[in-house]
Amino acid sequence: MIEISGVSKSYGSQKVVDNVTATIPAGGITSIIGPNGAGKSTLLSMISRLLPMDAGGVAVGGLDVTSTPSRELSQTMAILRQENQLSVRLSVRDLVGFGRFPHNGGRATAADKIHIDQALDYLDLGPLADRFVDELSGGQRQRAFIAMVLAQDTKYLLLDEPLNNLDMKHSVHMMRTLRKMADELGKTIVLVIHDINFASCYSDNILAMKDGRLIAQGTPAELMHSSVLADVYDIDIRIEEIDGNRIGVYFA
Amino acid sequence: MTTNPLPAALSVNARKTGAKKLEVSSAVLLAVLAVVAAALILVFMTIELRGNLGYILPRRAIKVGSMILVAYAVGMSTVLFQTVTANRILTPSIMGFDALYILLQTVLTFVLGGQVLLSMPTPLKFGMQVLLMVAFSLVLYRWLFLGNGKSLHLMLLVGIVFGTLFRGFSALLQRLMDPSEFLILQDLFFASFNQVDGTLLLVAIAAVGLVTVPAWRLRREYDVLALGRETSINLGVDHRKAVTKTLVICSVLVAVSTALVGPITFFGLLVASLAYQLVPKFKHATVLPVAVLLGIISLVGGQLVLERIFDFNSALSIVIEFIGGLVFIGLLLKGSLK
Repeated sequence: MIEISGVSKSYGSQKVVDNVTATIPAGGITSIIGPNGAGKSTLLSMISRLLPMDAGGVAVGGLDVTSTPSRELSQTMAILRQENQLSVRLSVRDLVGFGRFPHNGGRATAADKIHIDQALDYLDLGPLADRFVDELSGGQRQRAFIAMVLAQDTKYLLLDEPLNNLDMKHSVHMMRTLRKMADELGKTIVLVIHDINFASCYSDNILAMKDGRLIAQGTPAELMHSSVLADVYDIDIRIEEIDGNRIGVYFA
Repeated sequence: MTTNPLPAALSVNARKTGAKKLEVSSAVLLAVLAVVAAALILVFMTIELRGNLGYILPRRAIKVGSMILVAYAVGMSTVLFQTVTANRILTPSIMGFDALYILLQTVLTFVLGGQVLLSMPTPLKFGMQVLLMVAFSLVLYRWLFLGNGKSLHLMLLVGIVFGTLFRGFSALLQRLMDPSEFLILQDLFFASFNQVDGTLLLVAIAAVGLVTVPAWRLRREYDVLALGRETSINLGVDHRKAVTKTLVICSVLVAVSTALVGPITFFGLLVASLAYQLVPKFKHATVLPVAVLLGIISLVGGQLVLERIFDFNSALSIVIEFIGGLVFIGLLLKGSLK
């Protein structure tokens, strides 16, 4: 369970995240949606201790993120941001191997190798394991980084726009993989995501933000309504039920 | 489509042995570089050895010792600096660290007077300069490297502005200074490998030894830090603490190399870039010694070639700066500045 209580962040006089209180249940996928500048990524950065908060507190699996030693947190929670530029030339296997650092401190053991191989297999990276990360396509690179945080073997996985720069096919693959990780491996996954339909089809729980505040929270069935989404995005979104999923139509 | 399992199996095997070969070649690379460096040092010490050995040998030892120390300080500070800033272009010298050291030395001479500085014992003087250097670089640079998503362009710009500011302020003070004081100061700056003072060398060795211990103990954290701020925080490395420690380490190392031979801008970039190209697998346990050994080889080898073959005396720094400058431009053009 992730408990967010009264978290705020401002840049100058601009409140980017304004007194957000929420509980993200353990297990399953929780998506954070909202328009640009709503404070989604900032909130995720504060939950994952990448950004200090001005006020409030966050506890992930009972660990307070401001006071718990970083090493201990890194065994419970993994975070992946959207831009992952590497200045170092690494093979995919070596990159994934870094996911074991919180557990082995850089001294690889036989047990680590099993975790690394499992993570590589899980993201179908076996054939690419010995390629260099900078030789991969955007989608492959994204998978390599997800494999790294998977090898980190944490209960909580926080991903900032994991579909960024992925085409339709790779987006669907990524969401299916994440769903599998939640269902089979029992992970708690929190996503910042722009596509409300992916959020609707794959999440158990959705948080909607606007202007730094949390304005709605619920299951896709509760949240995917024209009236709610009109509040979030300020546009008319028609909701259709297709194959049991609630799909928003807003293209025209 | 027909499937042919045999080539596939072969290629898997080939890949495995390939990976193993890489592992071995880190050690081989280190051994080869160490042998070359040792041979060059030996040649440097013994070539055309005539006359009063009691006079020549200690002089040569000091010279070669200071070259080794400069290679060590510059190689290590550059690699560590590039690791904690997660880039391959900025170096402490490009960021104005050695200009800061020169400025501090100028201010000290200006405030205390050259005679006081000259009469001060070397360890005290150097220790004071190093402390000032550490304090000022923490104040001036720490915010920049701790920052959240500070771009490489911003850092480069700040480095250039700081460097120009420090140099300009040093020049102003030097003009305001008493001419005889200025001479003393100039003597301190334009030290070359030909005229390093033995006590300073010993003090510098102590300083370098002192910062090597924490740097070596952090070597596995450095492997993670090279992945960038956010990834290293995710993996549980205390980024703030590591950056602060590394700034202190780099300040001491820059103070050592600048005190011994004056500012050298592109040497660090040269050896670090070469080291990254040569090591098969990026690990600081390999990259750091490789960078240092490459530095020793290029300094001692270069000096040897210039002195004995071309009969030049102090042109080595010019040659190194020229090649290093070319590497810098090459890196910029290659688009590492993304």
